[in-house]
Amino acid sequence: MQPKHLTTHQFKYLPRALLVASACLAVAAHAATPQELLATYSGQAQAPASPSRGQQFFTNTHGGEWSCASCHGAVPTKGGKHASTGKAITPLAPAFNPERFTDPAKVEKWFRRNCKDVLTRECTAAEKADVLAWLLSLKP
Amino acid sequence: MPNMPHLISRQAMRLLNLLGLLVGLGVATAAWADDDRQARQLPLLPAYQQECASCHIAYPPAFLPAESWRRLMRTLPTHFGSDASLDTETAAAVSDWLSSHAGTYKRVRETPPEDRITRSRWFIKKHDEVPAAAWARPAIKSAANCSACHPQAEKGDFNEHRIRIPR
Ligand code: HEC
Ligand code: HEC
Ligand code: HEC
Repeated sequence: MQPKHLTTHQFKYLPRALLVASACLAVAAHAATPQELLATYSGQAQAPASPSRGQQFFTNTHGGEWSCASCHGAVPTKGGKHASTGKAITPLAPAFNPERFTDPAKVEKWFRRNCKDVLTRECTAAEKADVLAWLLSLKP
Repeated sequence: MPNMPHLISRQAMRLLNLLGLLVGLGVATAAWADDDRQARQLPLLPAYQQECASCHIAYPPAFLPAESWRRLMRTLPTHFGSDASLDTETAAAVSDWLSSHAGTYKRVRETPPEDRITRSRWFIKKHDEVPAAAWARPAIKSAANCSACHPQAEKGDFNEHRIRIPR
């Protein structure tokens, strides 16, 4: 990995370069656990999350055409299917798909997009906490 | 001297790009050449694979002209009835990459209605054997769901010998 052509002059900046590189990688793959994310959202909402409210929220169409379940399935322990393109979607419940809710930036990006599609607005921290609490309650 | 950290961080960026390239190299796609059977393998930009292949396959850049790609990339928050919004930096990188690999062959040069591959004249012609009712079958849902009938579409392979229309 160490570039051979670096002169000693440049060499003293190498640690900084590696720092930049690793910082970028860390941002790209900033890891978290679903439990940590739940704690963050509940903290922002300043209220404990409710799994049953989360389930209701997830399966309700909120007056529009789609619910979260339209693409993720009513019980997202199995894979879903995109409601308009038909593309397969892997399970959303973390116990059935360990990659879920481990990348905060990805989670925020999809909450933003999908909430706008379903509710024509962004979800509140309380709604995100409820949904995540419900998803975490789904066990094999 | 004040330039030095700048220079080095460019090197770091190059390192990251290389890393990204290696990740992307695993996935290739075909380009729409003069001969449809002659598939050119093109490694996908990792950001394109990551951001544009969640709701549908990563469509081969050569299937639309640059103008269509640029317009699509400018209107992501209202993308065919879906919010596909991206941060401006990623959107710019993907847009540049798509337009530099866009279709230039004459069949692809004109922008199709809605900037849809599926409404291009060449697409309609190539698919005239597909019965109209087939597009709506639950296993297909949409003409944009290429992989329903082209099992290798994800890899950019649309070869007519591997087509399977689900019942
Ligand atoms: C139109 C289809 C569609 C609808 C409706 C939808 N989603 Fe999604 N959702 C997706 C797709 C596609 C992905 C990204 C693909 C993937 O990661 O498998 C995704 C990913 C997510 C993720 C990312 C999780 C992770 O860590 O990977 C969350 C969270 C999410 N959706 C929540 C919701 C919620 C909450 C709703 C309802 C408000 C909802 N979705 C409605 C299609 C949909
Ligand atoms: C949030 C989901 C989502 C994301 C993310 C997304 N798309 Fe789409 N895209 C759609 C939907 C929905 C359609 C319409 C599909 C249909 O009609 O069946 C579509 C259609 C398309 C089409 C036209 C397909 C046709 O009919 O020929 C193109 C081209 C396209 N998308 C490009 C992109 C690009 C480029 C990106 C990445 C910047 C992207 N999409 C990201 C949801 C998404
Ligand atoms: C309903 C099934 C179906 C869907 C969905 C579908 N195709 Fe096709 N495709 C076909 C059939 C059938 C042919 C015709 C093969 C022949 O010429 O005999 C074809 C031919 C093609 C060809 C020409 C292949 C060749 O070797 O000549 C291309 C390119 C192609 N499709 C691209 C696409 C793309 C891109 C999408 C998605 C945007 C798509 N198709 C969606 C069924 C489908």
